[in-house]
Amino acid sequence: MSLLRIENLSLGIHGVEILKQVSLSIAPGQIVAVTGESGSGKSMTALAVMQLLPDGAESDGSILLDEQEILNRPEAEMCALRGASIGMVFQEPMTALNPVKTIGDQVMETILIHKAMPPAQAQERAEEVLARVGLPSDRFPLSRYPHELSGGQRQRVVIAMAITLRPKLLIADEPTTALDVTTQAQILDLLKGLVTEYGMGLLMITHDLAVVVDMADQIVVMRHGEVVESGATDHLLHNMQHPYTQMLFEASNHRVALPDAKQPQPLLEVTQVVRDYRLPRKGLFDAPGHTRAVDQVSFTLNQGERLGLVGESGCGKSTLTRAILGLEEVQSGDIRLDGQPVFSGHKPNPAVRRKMQVVFQDPYGSFNPRHRVARLITEPFHLLKTPLTGGERQDRIAEMLIAVGLRPEDADKYIHEFSGGQRQRIAIARALIIRPELILFDEAVSALDVSVRAQILDLLAELCAAYDLTYLFISHDLSVVRTITDRVMVMQAGKIVEQGETEQVFTNPRHPYTQKLISAAPQLPEIGVGAA
Amino acid sequence: MLRYALKRLFSLVISLGIASVVIFAVIEVAPGDPASFMLGVNAQPDTLAALRAELGLDVSKTQRYFNWVGGMLVGDFGTSYTYRTPVSQMIADRLWVSLPLALYALTLSTLIAFPAGIYAAARRGKPGDLTVMGATQLGIAVPNFWFAMMLVLIFAINLRWFNAGGFAGWENGFWTGLHSLTLPAIALALPQAAILARVMRSSLLDILGEDFMRTARAKGLSRRQALWRHGVRNALIPVLTIIGLQFSFLLAGSIIIEQVFYLPGLGRLVFQAISARDLIVVESVVMLLVFAVITVNFLVDLAYAAVDPRLRSRT
Amino acid sequence: MSRNLILGAVLSSLVLLAALVSFVWTPYDFAALNIPEKLQPPSTQHWFGTDHFGRDMFSMIMVGARTSIAVALVAVGIGMALGVPLGLTAAARKGSWLDEVIMRGNDLVFAFPSLVIAILITAVLGAGAINAIIAIGIFNIPVFARITRGAALSLWEREFILAARVSGKGAARISAEHILPNVANLLIVQGTIQFSLGILAEAGLSYVGLGAQPPTPSWGRMLADAQTMVSFAPHLALIPGLAIIVTVLGLNLLGDGLRDWLDPRIRVARA
Repeated sequence: MSLLRIENLSLGIHGVEILKQVSLSIAPGQIVAVTGESGSGKSMTALAVMQLLPDGAESDGSILLDEQEILNRPEAEMCALRGASIGMVFQEPMTALNPVKTIGDQVMETILIHKAMPPAQAQERAEEVLARVGLPSDRFPLSRYPHELSGGQRQRVVIAMAITLRPKLLIADEPTTALDVTTQAQILDLLKGLVTEYGMGLLMITHDLAVVVDMADQIVVMRHGEVVESGATDHLLHNMQHPYTQMLFEASNHRVALPDAKQPQPLLEVTQVVRDYRLPRKGLFDAPGHTRAVDQVSFTLNQGERLGLVGESGCGKSTLTRAILGLEEVQSGDIRLDGQPVFSGHKPNPAVRRKMQVVFQDPYGSFNPRHRVARLITEPFHLLKTPLTGGERQDRIAEMLIAVGLRPEDADKYIHEFSGGQRQRIAIARALIIRPELILFDEAVSALDVSVRAQILDLLAELCAAYDLTYLFISHDLSVVRTITDRVMVMQAGKIVEQGETEQVFTNPRHPYTQKLISAAPQLPEIGVGAA
Repeated sequence: MLRYALKRLFSLVISLGIASVVIFAVIEVAPGDPASFMLGVNAQPDTLAALRAELGLDVSKTQRYFNWVGGMLVGDFGTSYTYRTPVSQMIADRLWVSLPLALYALTLSTLIAFPAGIYAAARRGKPGDLTVMGATQLGIAVPNFWFAMMLVLIFAINLRWFNAGGFAGWENGFWTGLHSLTLPAIALALPQAAILARVMRSSLLDILGEDFMRTARAKGLSRRQALWRHGVRNALIPVLTIIGLQFSFLLAGSIIIEQVFYLPGLGRLVFQAISARDLIVVESVVMLLVFAVITVNFLVDLAYAAVDPRLRSRT
Repeated sequence: MSRNLILGAVLSSLVLLAALVSFVWTPYDFAALNIPEKLQPPSTQHWFGTDHFGRDMFSMIMVGARTSIAVALVAVGIGMALGVPLGLTAAARKGSWLDEVIMRGNDLVFAFPSLVIAILITAVLGAGAINAIIAIGIFNIPVFARITRGAALSLWEREFILAARVSGKGAARISAEHILPNVANLLIVQGTIQFSLGILAEAGLSYVGLGAQPPTPSWGRMLADAQTMVSFAPHLALIPGLAIIVTVLGLNLLGDGLRDWLDPRIRVARA
């Protein structure tokens, strides 16, 4: 008997079709993962079960919880179900909690709103359940406010709120996407434990196939609002029928072949770099405190080398990136490119800047929306003493756009006319246009869907062959770094704790932190890829 | 929390200090010598000198500034050039009209605006919302002193519910005093309430889009429960800023409104002082107004901390 | 385009038109006294009636529009010309002493309501339209500085600004090339709102005698003159009041409409 059964669910919002004939079912104690890329309708499916759809949504079909129809049930009855029979966990723990209420109040609210028990008992239950999710009240009293907790801890509070009345069904919408790998592993373990312990059904929405394979009993693959394939995890992994499923798995574990690097010759030399940030003063007359974001970092990047830098959020990799780019001055130590310092005096050194470019993470925030592509990608010409003009300039723009897989005509368009993947191509064109000696990729593929990410990785491999790229690839995503770099550095708490040949580090990590990081990252088994 | 309050208090004192220098400097630029203005062109040099000494005008400018500020700190605002009475007494009398008027108006405006804004936000896009929004759009466009004249025309001249002007005084009882401030307060409050209701509505609508509101719904709260339990308090944060700003508008506005209702408040005092070139009075009233505005903003900063725990734990 | 935008544009241009036409034509000489025809209610000869000196109200309203618009517009100009560069500078030097000085200065000016500034100036220089302009203009400076700084700060965090910095562009150049064009919409909308607030403030100042002086007609002073006669000639108070309301309402609707229309998020969604 199934706990939740969705049958032929179709959904439109203001006449736009979002879901088409979606069917799936969950048994008690079962974990069902719905996966797919952005726009696949996976999150909307979850919201449909909660009946928390945006205004103007019209649905058709049936959603049965314990064989009772949920679809178009009166709002008052749905309120009684939500929180009590169905719990939900969201993606963004940083914003999912009310900032002005204590965590205790927020967990207790679930209990009190359903009048499940008197306040005193509710408080006891809240303490119990917070302890169960790993926030014991001796260290995390109920009077804490959300801003006093880390992202992982906040996600635990959200989970506590969702499970405190022991719902039959828990829905988790990308519950670990905003978290670091080690935290992600803990939260996934917690969810798995709760499912076993409470016998809940878990509907898990995630784009991350490695997480899916790690967690799910059943997999549902969606695209453009339709279920393209579903089945038991083991079976599906070995018998993928739909080409889209195959593509998705291939892209998630995409490997590229990098051309051999040139003769090693030092290009970027970072020596004993330290960057402190001032903390706000504790009191009016106290000396301001400091936090060390980058701590005695030294490394060398050779000409033609593809170097990776991995670490979790807050480890100092962004600060280090900014220091290398000359956006922030360091307190001590030395950063040199081709033997010249990045900062001369207290000013960025233009001679060095000319040889360096960067590609950022966010394909939507990386461009001035008011300029056309031609102007956007030629911005680095500002660094040249004699920028190209006239026909030469046009030729260079066209060459770059073609090199990144776009058309020369795209030069006259505005940025909003491009998709996320295309924008990242334009960002690469902008970085390449002055033929820098070094490019920094700062989480450059992290915001992209897996299929687009695979294409961009292919593009990078091609460009390495065509332009002899040297780059520093900064990322939290181990699987990407593994394929796109020759050498890798692991950063933790401002220090580089391990560096070496990429394959060597991944197969045989020596530092405990590297080991922890690699074992925490869920991995796709090497299967099913060649089945087509 | 204490640290936060002390820090705010520190910047309050600095602001007041700078404001007093600015006000003093501007008034100093004023042409003419108050003493010769008071005695006329034919005054005897020795009478003039005596008057200058009496008014404290015979010392250096720096000395005069410190005398002025030092005096104010102990409640001595100097002597009026025209009336030869202590300015502090003149101001105190008038303050008992202007300050209650501004507070009365602020209370009215908040009492009207909060429910209207919350009502409109809860019914976004529906007829109730559109009606409230239309009314506030009109309310913002109405000059308060013109609205005051219309109130006088309708409620005092035609219906005779209120007096057309004048102040009954507090000594005849609290309600009598309040009654004579009611029309002025409504005239001041309604246009401000229109602004405040719009801010309340848009602030609430912003909050309604937040992730934690969805979390609240997922717990089983109805739309209305989520709005009241999680929305309103968060929405108050920007609304408080506007309330702080409004107080200064209300205080300034009350100066104008006093003209419509012939109220013996600070406004009347300052306009009489300007025409009589009684600069010490102008200087002191302006300083008092600025003091009130800065103090209210200090209180708003404290209110922020009460509403938002994130501020309390920060330094 | 929304209804707000169209209605707002129509009302605003109507008032602007009246002000412009008044330079070349008014039904009567706005200053001509005609005691025998005093206090007439609106009629076909005098569309808005006449005042206690028999002056034609319609002509006075037209010329008064000129005063209101001129004062408010120049005040917005002052606020933008000084406030926007200050806001851009503060944002570009975020956290520095310069930012601190600019923002503290803003707070200080905010503590002086425009009426208080006007009182101070009048005490020193005497009353006049210029005082009103200066007083409202000074009040506008921190408004524009704050809104510019706030918007610019969030832009400075964006990656396209980092990219421009990596391309070697300095703060001034980035402010002019990347920040200013992206805050322009916001400034246009705020400018419209400050314009309407300026109209209200000017009316208030001239009502208490701190604005334009006779014989220059102004709506605020027309209301002050009407006050003692409101019981037997209510049109004297109604008409200037309605003129103010129509102008302010028009500008506010225009501002709201422009905001929705210029909002890049909505436009991208349409594209």
